[in-house]
Amino acid sequence: MEEIAFLVPTSYYIILSGVLFAIGVAGVLLRRNAILLLMSVELMLNSANLAFAAFSRTFLDVGGQVFVFFVITVAAAEVAVGLALIVTIFHTKRSIDIDELHAMEG
Amino acid sequence: MSFGTVLFLILALIAVVSAVGMLTSTNAVHAALFLVTNFVCIALFYLGLNAPFLAMVQITIYTGAIMVLFLFVIMLLGAAQVSLRSTLRWHGPLAVVLVLMLIGVAGVMAFSPAVNNNLTSPLALQEASTAFGSPQAVGEVLFSNYLLPFQMVGILLLVAMIGAVVLTREAKKPTRQPGPEESSPAGE
Repeated sequence: MEEIAFLVPTSYYIILSGVLFAIGVAGVLLRRNAILLLMSVELMLNSANLAFAAFSRTFLDVGGQVFVFFVITVAAAEVAVGLALIVTIFHTKRSIDIDELHAMEG
Repeated sequence: MSFGTVLFLILALIAVVSAVGMLTSTNAVHAALFLVTNFVCIALFYLGLNAPFLAMVQITIYTGAIMVLFLFVIMLLGAAQVSLRSTLRWHGPLAVVLVLMLIGVAGVMAFSPAVNNNLTSPLALQEASTAFGSPQAVGEVLFSNYLLPFQMVGILLLVAMIGAVVLTREAKKPTRQPGPEESSPAGE
């Protein structure tokens, strides 16, 4: 267990984190379903967490891991409020397609 | 190629494939399960990065709590089937171009020698003690240097909980003062 990925350069982790982040961005841009949109945001947060953990290991600073902890907490709060919003929107409009949400249009 | 590199590449492949599966699936439940796979892969990466506490938090909070919440809402709304099509035709190609540009910029940043002067060396060069990243070490930093952010995050969770309850509460019509607007049909 101690030797799983220690021989991998940090840049590998950063590249993987960038690719996962780009997939998350593609999800936000391409999918029109509000639940899948939230899932893509979660994917982006996770890729940022991976970069935090990789840098934390590189510079041997536990602060990076503490930040991952905070990001996970904020993500939990975000998901709770976001899913509550989705449920409320579904009850009023019978749809969670974000292209059909233009009640706030000026 | 060392054993650690091979293991990293296999895990990275699983993570990227499951993320793409999440992106392209037409069933919301399948998308959620793909995302669970991705989160488990990231938890394994945390184990390899001397962060066992984070790996356990990732499993319990992300795959345990958050994704179950997602699945609950998907089942509750009966919205498992989602379409891939967008109503705007130029939307898809533009998004693909933007994402490719993002990947290009990220690659330039990752490989630029000005940015990663010491990131291309293997992690083994800096030997970590076994105490690094243990729950005890993380907890000591969390409750000393980061005590105020920790309290603020607690308040944030409380606010989010109250907000979720308020948002999903059934809207009660005011019955105290029956006025003329009460007789109007409650259109939504």
